[in-house]
Amino acid sequence: MNRPIRVLVAKPGLDGHDRGAKVIARALRDAGMEVIYTGLRQTPEQIVATAIQEDVDVIGLSLLSGAHNYLFPRVAELLKEEGVDDVLLIGGGVIPNEDIPGLKEAGISEIFTPGTPTTEMIEYIKNNLKR
Amino acid sequence: MSYMKLIENMLKGQKRACGKLITIVENEPEEAEKILREIHQYTGKAHIIGITGPPGAGKSTLTDKMVKALIKEGNKVAVIAIDPTSPYTGGSILGDRIRMQDLALDPNVFIRSMGTRGHLGGLSKYTKNALKVLDAAGYDYIIIETVGVGQSEVDIVKIADTIIMVMVPGLGDDIQSIKAGIMEIGDIFAVNKSDLFGADRTATEINMMLDLSMDMERRPPVVKVVAAKNEGIDDLINEVREHINYLKKSGKFEERRKNNLKLEVVELIEEELRKIVISHTDKESKLDGEVVDILNKKKNVYEVRDEFLGKLNRSPN
Ligand code: B12
Ligand SMILES: Nc1nc2c(ncn2[C@@H]2O[C@H](COP(=O)(O)OP(=O)(O)OP(=O)(O)O)[C@@H](O)[C@H]2O)c(=O)[nH]1
Ligand SMILES: [Mg+2]
Repeated sequence: MNRPIRVLVAKPGLDGHDRGAKVIARALRDAGMEVIYTGLRQTPEQIVATAIQEDVDVIGLSLLSGAHNYLFPRVAELLKEEGVDDVLLIGGGVIPNEDIPGLKEAGISEIFTPGTPTTEMIEYIKNNLKR
Repeated sequence: MSYMKLIENMLKGQKRACGKLITIVENEPEEAEKILREIHQYTGKAHIIGITGPPGAGKSTLTDKMVKALIKEGNKVAVIAIDPTSPYTGGSILGDRIRMQDLALDPNVFIRSMGTRGHLGGLSKYTKNALKVLDAAGYDYIIIETVGVGQSEVDIVKIADTIIMVMVPGLGDDIQSIKAGIMEIGDIFAVNKSDLFGADRTATEINMMLDLSMDMERRPPVVKVVAAKNEGIDDLINEVREHINYLKKSGKFEERRKNNLKLEVVELIEEELRKIVISHTDKESKLDGEVVDILNKKKNVYEVRDEFLGKLNRSPN
């Protein structure tokens, strides 16, 4: 099926840093994707409900507050509970390297930290879709 | 999952199935046709509200508040929110949901964002398909937020029962300039941001504009609202209800739907005819010789047209 890739860029929790999320949203748009941006302070429940209604191919979580070890796995868990197995879940933001293996274990496919070129993220998304 | 199973689950109220069906009808014309044939019998029940107006007028904020008011009365409400697709990259940022954050989890609400994907007219080519899926899924009201109106984005008239035109103070001369063809489609005018200076003047200007339209059977009401503060929303909902009553009593409801169905069928026929014409002009480069004849004044364009149509009529396809 040759259709645009749909991505939900979401900011879970109380984190107010939204520059990164906006940079990513624009980069993905410029790569031809349809990006749904829902703004700040989303609960994992809202993120998963939105992903289902929008039938996105990718959920991209952005977090700089330090709460990623709770919020990211929670999104993965809710997706599983809802039986959603065809969505690629990735994340980015200020995330210490030592936390990354645990997050991957919990079901987040890849984590992109500051300094990663957006071209790399776009390639990753294109090569790892689950649809 | 097969589309029959998806339809079954959608009719049971599963949002995931509904979301997947919308993706198919938005992207795969052949599959879409199968699905839409199948669900036709369940459609036609929803009342469809179009919300249109200039970029940034507060259409999404207003939609959010209207949805909240409607679900409080026990309705199920769906929203299709349309934003422009970049003509250069084919990508888009669909941001209308930012104003509707706390509706995401409501069991009686379904929100879907769509890019225009190159379609002019304020909607995307397949908005109508998505609408049918949501209608079949049992939503009582479906609100369609169009992209900001410029001069010709009036496709919404072809699918909505009630159109709310959102205006804001400070448009000034813009009201004059968007008048032609656009003002006419409003069934209700909402002056949003009435907390800002100039709202009364905007309302007056709209009323003056309406005074000039002589051929109106029903004068559209002008309602002042402050979507951001949830003010005037009940008045607006009342006007929607009044409009529905008017449509039903006057027979306009059926008339409008019949007209729209006719338009839809004609469009479908045109689309097929265009395919036939293209296959005849492209495949065989049929017109190359004729074009030279036109250049050399041996024939004129009308003769070539008639010859071409004559040939089409004789060949089976
Ligand atoms: C700018 C900034 C702010 C601005 C934010 C403006 C805004 N609207 O975004 C302001 C001044 C408001 C601010 C406030 C605060 N900040 Co601040 N802030 C920063 C700073 C300096 C830069 C962040 C930034 O914008 N980077 C630029 C963007 C483009 O990069 P990025 O977000 O990292 O995104 C890139 C990647 O991470 C990745 N990415 C990000 N998200 C995603 C998502 C996906 C799907 C993908 C694929 C990739 C991806 O791609 C992007 C592009 O490469 C960082 C320090 C730093 N060096 O990161 C601190 C930092 C994030 N802030 C911090 C803190 C503590 C705060 C405050 C709590 C300070 C306070 N005590 O008040 C407040 C909290 C505000 C709030 N409400 O949440 C800490 C966080 C500590 C932690 N994680 O444990 C940091 C790390 C500073 C530090 N070293 O202590 N901050
Ligand atoms: N002062 C004031 N601002 C408002 C009101 N309603 C909405 N806004 C603000 O207007 C801005 C645009 O609101 P949206 O609801 O996104 O407008 P929109 O018409 O959907 O915008 P597009 O979809 O981009 O065309 C936001 O900053 C809102 O907070 C209001 O009643 N008063
Ligand atoms: Mg909007």
